[in-house]
Amino acid sequence: MTLTTPPNGAATASSPALLLKGLRKSFTDVVAVDGLDLEVARGECFGLLGPNGAGKTTTIEICEGLTTPEAGTVELLGLNWAANSEELRQRIGIQLQETQFPEKLKVEETLRLFRSFYRQGISVDESIKTAQLEEKRNSRVGGLSGGQKQRLAMACALVGNPEMLFLDEPTTGLDPQARRHLWDLVDELKRGGRTIILTTHYMDEAERLCDRVGIMDHGKIIALGTPSELIASIGGEHIVEFSTASARTDTTTPHEIDVAPMLSIPGIQSHRVDAGLHQLSVSHLHTAVPAIFAELTAQDLELSEFRTHSATLEDVFVGLTGRNLRDE
Amino acid sequence: MSNQAPNHFDSSSLFQLTLVRFRLFLREPEAVFWTFVFPILLAVGLGLAFRNRPADILQVAATTPQLTQKLASDKSLSASTMSESEGTHALATGSILLLAIEQPNPAQPNPGVAYKYDDTNPDGRTARLLADRAIQTASGLKEVVPSNNHLVHEKGARYIDFVVPGLLGMNLMGPAIWGLVFAIVEARQKKLLKRLVASPMPRWQYLTSFLLSRIFMLIIEVVAFLAFAAIAFGVPFRGSLWQLGIICVLTSLSFSALGLLISTRAKTMEAASGLMNLVMLPMWILSGVFFSASRFPAVIQPFVRALPLTAAIDCIRGNMLQGLGLQQMVVPMATLLAWLVIPFVISLRIFRWR
Repeated sequence: MTLTTPPNGAATASSPALLLKGLRKSFTDVVAVDGLDLEVARGECFGLLGPNGAGKTTTIEICEGLTTPEAGTVELLGLNWAANSEELRQRIGIQLQETQFPEKLKVEETLRLFRSFYRQGISVDESIKTAQLEEKRNSRVGGLSGGQKQRLAMACALVGNPEMLFLDEPTTGLDPQARRHLWDLVDELKRGGRTIILTTHYMDEAERLCDRVGIMDHGKIIALGTPSELIASIGGEHIVEFSTASARTDTTTPHEIDVAPMLSIPGIQSHRVDAGLHQLSVSHLHTAVPAIFAELTAQDLELSEFRTHSATLEDVFVGLTGRNLRDE
Repeated sequence: MSNQAPNHFDSSSLFQLTLVRFRLFLREPEAVFWTFVFPILLAVGLGLAFRNRPADILQVAATTPQLTQKLASDKSLSASTMSESEGTHALATGSILLLAIEQPNPAQPNPGVAYKYDDTNPDGRTARLLADRAIQTASGLKEVVPSNNHLVHEKGARYIDFVVPGLLGMNLMGPAIWGLVFAIVEARQKKLLKRLVASPMPRWQYLTSFLLSRIFMLIIEVVAFLAFAAIAFGVPFRGSLWQLGIICVLTSLSFSALGLLISTRAKTMEAASGLMNLVMLPMWILSGVFFSASRFPAVIQPFVRALPLTAAIDCIRGNMLQGLGLQQMVVPMATLLAWLVIPFVISLRIFRWR
């Protein structure tokens, strides 16, 4: 990896990389961003996580100077769009959702074009190497796979050697292998000391890549912290999911579970039901699970499904909103 | 690792943007065909149809061998004998232009004659004149006024000479408008415009790259087309060539500005295609590509004259056929200039970058 720390000693400058205050933006039928405040430190990798329509793209496009907010202020690297747009464009790198580069242009030609817009930056060769597109250098964009196209978009965002990178849903629509490939690329860029701001609706992506995550819903950040802080905030690191069937075959009426005794089991923090599936947030799996089994037996219920997993940001979102990330 | 952009041509964004325009154009075989090959094919087709050939021999027929003989005495008529019903059928199918029918006329030494022909067809009227003269002369009519013919076949007065400037004007319009509108609307639709303005690209350079690449292609296009017209048909160039060049560049830029105006807001190719037809169709019909625009009624003449293609073709014809200088064509040149400035200024104000 030859990418060096970006110019201007980004990580040591005093102002934060990104400072948003009271941001608001509405479209004809919906309030997309509803009074949003956020501060991102230099060198941080920050993720906006939320379902589709939460306002992530509007927020990131306001940061990128592509959308003007109705109210609120945006400060990037201590500068603002009204007064310093040209300098900011030189210093940030942007990857938009669903940009289609001209299909008949070659990879190298596309990068040469983007490189020509920046006063300084890395060489075209280097951007090709970073995005691991060496074999595709002379291929037309139209012949690239989805993952390769996305890496080309990343390379276009990188040619100016930006201090700050904005990535809007960088892995949406990619297959698992291409996603991991792109994650590795983001990891490398983080190591270069850049500030990275990305949006995603994949909780695993946010957990894997981000130092800090803001969970967005209906234009607001409803939770903010490191992935482990957020997960700890729901009280238990584990999630137990089960569904039951009545053990008594002599009755046809469904036998309802009595939840109250469950909640009194030590280490069980919360309970909810989603489509017949009971979900318990649990802090001590090894003591709680036997107690759950004992309680189910006592209530004369039989398990039809039982599994546990470590709590994820998805569970945080579910805990906060009562909805799943992918519902929308 | 290079932190400073190498300071040569290759790193100029305007150069790169223009280069991209060329690459995308040349990798689109259809665009290359319509821009470079089609105009020449069209000129060949028209040249063949209206080539310089001896005056037409007109096909006529008569109902009796005597009449046929009299008709045949004129060298520009080719006469045959058919029955009246055969002749009527031949007239209807266009294989003859006129049928001379012998009418019984007992009082006179010569029988009378009736001509059957279509008086809305210029060739039919010519055939009527020739046939009547042939029959009257063969029947003993003498000329009252002695007459002689001096034939003129001058270059510059033929149809091909008239139509080549028209085609040139049309070819300056089409690619300028299509090329710009399709490229910009596609870039907008595919969010490429948005991506470009998210980079530090100077916006004026994006629009200028279209004009630069157009002017460069124009040189190839115009030179190839006119060279072909000169070599194959001997089309005259009476005006100054550099002034003709200025006219072509101005025309092309005006149509580019018009294309830019069409593409400022359109979000889909369908919307843009509709607008292009709306703009170009009246000009194809009214601007005098294939026949003189002065044939249209006086009431619509101000509109016809105000169209950029009419102004362009007037200037090209004035230069090539009449040898007029630019100072003698102030009105059409000013019209073209207005079509360049006004749409361009409006476009810059209302252009939608995403």
